[in-house]
This record gives sequence, structure tokens and C-alpha cells, in this order.
Amino acid sequence: MDIADLRKVLQQKHLTLAPESGLPRVTTGHAEADSLLHGGLVLGALHEIFPATRHADAAATGFTAGLAIRAAKAKTLFWIRQDYAALEFGELSATGLVEMGIDPARFLLLRAPDAEAALRAALDGLSCGGLGAAVIEIPANPKILDLVAARKLTLAASQKQITVFLLRPSAEPAPSSTETRWHVKSAPSLPHDDWGAPRFDVKLTRNRHGQTGHWIMEWDCDDGRFRKAHSGAVAAAVAGGAYPTPPQRFAAF
Amino acid sequence: MERIQRRRNGLPPSDIPLVIAAKIENALRLTAVDRKALRLRLSIGMALADARARVPALDVVDADEHADKALLESIADWCDRYTPFVALDMPHGLLLDITGCAHLFGSERALCKSLEAALVRQGFSVCFGLAGTAVAARALAHYASGTIAPPGEEAKTVAPLPVEALHLETLATHVLKRAGLKTIGHVAARQRGELTARFGAEMVAILGRALGQEEKPISPRRRLPDYMAEHRFAEPVVTEDVIVSSIRSLAETLCAVLCERGEGARLLEASFFRADGAVSHIAVETAKPIRDAAMIARLFRERLDALTDPIDPGFGFDLIRLGALRAERAEAQAISLDANDDDAREVGFLADRLAARFGSHRVLRFFPQDTHIPEAAGVLVPARAVPETKLGWETIRSEGEAPRRPLRLFEKPEPVEVLAEVPDGPPLRFRWRRVQHAVTLAEGPERIAMEWWRHQSAMPTRDYFRVEDQEGRRFWLYRDGLFARETHHPRWYMHGVFA
Repeated sequence: MDIADLRKVLQQKHLTLAPESGLPRVTTGHAEADSLLHGGLVLGALHEIFPATRHADAAATGFTAGLAIRAAKAKTLFWIRQDYAALEFGELSATGLVEMGIDPARFLLLRAPDAEAALRAALDGLSCGGLGAAVIEIPANPKILDLVAARKLTLAASQKQITVFLLRPSAEPAPSSTETRWHVKSAPSLPHDDWGAPRFDVKLTRNRHGQTGHWIMEWDCDDGRFRKAHSGAVAAAVAGGAYPTPPQRFAAF
Repeated sequence: MERIQRRRNGLPPSDIPLVIAAKIENALRLTAVDRKALRLRLSIGMALADARARVPALDVVDADEHADKALLESIADWCDRYTPFVALDMPHGLLLDITGCAHLFGSERALCKSLEAALVRQGFSVCFGLAGTAVAARALAHYASGTIAPPGEEAKTVAPLPVEALHLETLATHVLKRAGLKTIGHVAARQRGELTARFGAEMVAILGRALGQEEKPISPRRRLPDYMAEHRFAEPVVTEDVIVSSIRSLAETLCAVLCERGEGARLLEASFFRADGAVSHIAVETAKPIRDAAMIARLFRERLDALTDPIDPGFGFDLIRLGALRAERAEAQAISLDANDDDAREVGFLADRLAARFGSHRVLRFFPQDTHIPEAAGVLVPARAVPETKLGWETIRSEGEAPRRPLRLFEKPEPVEVLAEVPDGPPLRFRWRRVQHAVTLAEGPERIAMEWWRHQSAMPTRDYFRVEDQEGRRFWLYRDGLFARETHHPRWYMHGVFA
């Protein structure tokens, strides 16, 4: 009997691998993902986000920003980037954040000279109770970011309940003490669709307390949460003329 | 002169007289001579050719004003240990305001002696004078070295000095001597009205200062701290632990004073005086006035850790000083019941700590700007420059709409090759960073005119398109210039990427 069979048995008996109860969590807003995560993303833990393809770093950034601002609750979000990131991937834009329904005033940004400084600043920041979440962008696989560094981050995150997101453009996953690991890319709009909310193709490839999954999510810019992307069937129906005809109105003077 | 002799220290002393020459009024003239040269009747101001004619074996060195000034600066740095109020008196002098400092060394004479002894040990010859005004002290230093004028008796003390001691213009000095007024006493005896008529009010003012009747403050080289505390060590300290703990104890002293006055420090500077005379300064700045010793010590530790060129204790520091260069009113803080205030304060302190380590240009917050030009609408400014009041951010999209501005914006829009169906239509395919993208969905144009009232040169109007490629990636492209009206070959640029 292999793992898949075991899971099947468990599912048939309506059992799941017992989650650690009592961990504070935040919902993503996407119902299926939340239920698989036993109620949401674990707060005060380490989460890793990888762009699924070479050019998906913008999608990964958007996904991370959404998760991190939800995890930060009302507190400050500390975002650490490296010097050349702005040139390579573009600078985080305040208007872009506002347009996504994220308040830029809650951001504290640090431009670190290198990966080592970024990690060090992150550990320093994690001792500050005023932060709600921290995002650390570390491109490629620098030697300094090893299992020990990940453990340190995990430990520091749990002490003041600050959720840490490691955003890893053009990097390969390595052994780590992460709570969850996500691979994100943008999902194409459906044919005949109008320009809609940002769509993400999200794969949860590691989940310490449950199963993995794969979804197409949308970011709801008005409510600041993820939601299930509408499927092709709905789109087809819309394209087929499901819009209600506006009632005719006349005005006379 | 002594700079060169110090450098030559260790070489066998030579019998050849040393002179320094510089070009003055198109002729090489001597600007300094050593004792041997002096004995041979060479004097300052003499043309080099004349000097060579008299003494053929002459060691001539070119004057180097910059090196002289640098040396004087470093001596001035070292003098900071006597008083924070040190001014350069070019070209060879230093002025120290030792008001209220003398008792720390026993007496005025003891202070002067200790200063002189230390400089002589370093290979300098020193003249000093001490008086109630800077001009009188300088006159004494140059023409009656070692004199200390008792308070109120400057006039009597400087009276026998020659008029040159006033450091007037050459012409004025010359005229005074021609008139038979050889000493300051002679000049002082004249009517002020006569002197003003002949030499102007400035000369009379200088005379007044020399006689101790008028006073003009000297301008110090460094900014004077509002508050300071210092720690002298009988034995020079080397280890970092001791240095940090002494900063901590200095901070406690400083904070006690600040607390009493209801102020907090915004800009702090620690000065480390090395036993061999070198001085280094390290400053930290804070976003809000602070008077918490632990915080101050932590900021300095961050700063010391982050120095790429760590301060070198050499043989140890014998004096460490901590000054609050800028202090501001700070109300005593009541313990806040609102958790948000605590959070904001903690984040503020984190930003200060990070700024101390990485530099304030790296710790940033967003700040809105009142403009519709995309790249200027939200700028990143140092966290400590952002006011705490609520910032107004306005959305451009209407409710239910997708974002109209990209999440990541390129500081410099990048040129792209675009294939469009019609010259003023949306792109069909484009090539960016050597990758071909086929457009499956396009939105636009959104026309953004540049702000002609701000820029001198007219910038073309931009037509922005939101486009999606076959993989679902979304880009923000613009065409620079209106087709046919502003340009016939519009160029395309990539300005940002959407999430």
C-alpha cells in the first residue's frame, strides 16, 4: 500500500492526517485551498513562493503581496528586496498596489545590498512586534540561504507570530523547514473574456499539515482576498448573451 | 615644514638647510625655512633664486597647501578633546574656545602646557597665547608665545606687541609703522575717530577685539552638540565590548539630562579619540527624538557592526564622547492603551535601526504625489521622511474592475519591438528582452498626456495598452507620441508588468 492508497482509505473514512490544532491561521479566501489548509495559512511560520516558470515573477509577486497583506492583518508589512531587483524585475509600484486594493502605507521597504544582508535584516525585523508579516525576495540560490537559515527564520517567525514569505524568483526549491511551498504563474484569461481580475495558476507542492493541491485563483481587488476563478462554462454562458438586457428608459422634457 | 621633517623622521639628520618654496606673484619665493637656513640669514618671502645664490646647497621642497591643511585639520580633530569649540585660523593656526573647560585640567596654564607638551612630543613646535578674545590670543601666540593674559587685562598685555600682531592688511600695517605707531599700545592711544577716518571701521573693530573691549565669536569647525557626555580612560580601551558598554553608560548620562529638559535626541554622534591622536566620528540619526539609553546603545552597535571600514582602535581609545548634535522637544510618553501606537513606535525604531545599519536611503516607504504621470505618482522616500499622518491614495479603477496600473514598474521604460495591425491600434505581437510575445488580449488605449506645465521640453503623449500574452502574463506597454500628429514612427516601450 503506498501513500496514495493510504490517503484514499483515510478519505473514505472521512479522516485526515490530524492537523496541529490551535495554530492561528488566516484564510486565503479561496474556499477549496482553505479547507485543504485546515482553515488557512499558518501564521507565524515560513512560507515559500516560487514562480512556476521563468517569466512568472510578476505573478508570484502579486500572489505573495496578496497573501502577505492578509497575513499582516492590521500591522506593517516589511518587504525586503535586493538592489538590482528593481532593474531586473521592476520596482514595486504604489499605484499598482492601490489598484490591487492593498494599502501602500502599510509597507516598510528595505533595499538590501545582498542576500546575506537581506536575511540579517529579516531576522532583525522579526524581533519587532510591530510587524505583521515579512516578505523576503531572494533570487537564485545563494549559499547563505540553507536549511539552517530557513530554520532560523522559522524560529524567529514563531516567536513574535510574524508570518514570513520567502519569494524566490529564478530559484530551485531546496530542502527547507517551510510550512508551505507554492508554485505560481499567471493563468490566461479565457477566450471571449474581458479584461478581468488578476488570475493565478497556483500549485501547492508542499504542505506540512495536509495535502497538496492545484487551483486557478483570482484576486478580488475590492475585498482583498483570493477567490475561485470562474470556469470556462460560466464564461461561455456569459459570452452566449447571459447579460440581462438593460430596461428601456426614456426621458422627455 | 614640520610635516616634512616628521615624514623624514628616522633618516639621518642632514646638514643641508631645508626651505619650502611656492610660487607667489610669478616668482618662486620661500614660504618656510628651518633653523639651519635661518642661521644662514635666509628668510621667508625671499626669492628662491636669491636664496640659492647665497646658499648653493639648499634642500628645496615644493609647498603643498592641501597637505598642510589636512595636517592642521587632523591636529584640530585631536584638539577636540580639550574643547568642542575648535576653529581653524588659516594658514597655520588653531583657535580654541576653552571657556569653562580649563578647570577640567586644573588651570588654564595646565591646559596649555598639556596641549603644548603633547604637540611637541609629536614633533611640532608650538606657540600659544591665551586671552579673553580670539584676536588678542592670536597676537600673543605669534609675538609673545606662552603669555596668558589675565581676564580684563588684555589691553595691558598686548600693548607692547608690534602692530603686525593685529594681522591687518599689509598696507595698513605699513602705513601705521611709517606713522611711527610701532606697537599696539601706540595705536591704541590714538583717537578712534582718526583711525576710523584713515583705516575704516573694520580696523578699529579688530583693534577693539585685540584690546579685549569687543568680542566676536569664532566659528567652530564642527557643529557644537546640544548636549554631550564623555568618558576618559586612564588606560586606553581596545575591546569592542568595553567601547559599547561605555557608549551605553554615556547614553545614560545624556538621557538623564535630556529627560530633565524634556528633550530627545534626533542626531547623535560618538567621537573616538585614539591615544595616538587620530579621531573618528560616527553619527546616527533617528526619526523621532529619543532618550532611551538602551535604544541609543543599540543604534550605535548596529552602526559599528555595519561599518565597512571598522574603526581601528590602534593602541586604544583614551576618550570617548557622545554628543546629541540635535535635540528636540519630546513629551514624556504615557503608556498607550492603544496597541496600534505601540506597533507604530516599534516599527519606527526598527526603521531607525535598519537605517543605522544600511543607510537611510535603503529604508523606504511609499509616498503619494499629486500627479497622473505613472512613474511619478508614488515615490519611495526614506522612512524617516514620511509623516505619520494618514496618506491619501486614490484608486484609478472603478469598483469591480481589474487593476489599471501594473504591480511592478520599470524605472526606465524599456524599448520593445512591436507589430501592430494599424499604426494607432493595439499591438499584435511584441518582442521584449529577446522573447517574442503574442498578444491574445489587449485593453486600451489609455491616453496620458505629459504635464507640459512642469517640463520645459515638450514630451509626447503616451497611449497605454494593457496586453496579455499567450501564457496569461500581463504587460503595460505604451506608444510614445500620437500617430500622425506628433510622430510618424512611434516607438513602443514596456513600462510595467501586472500581477
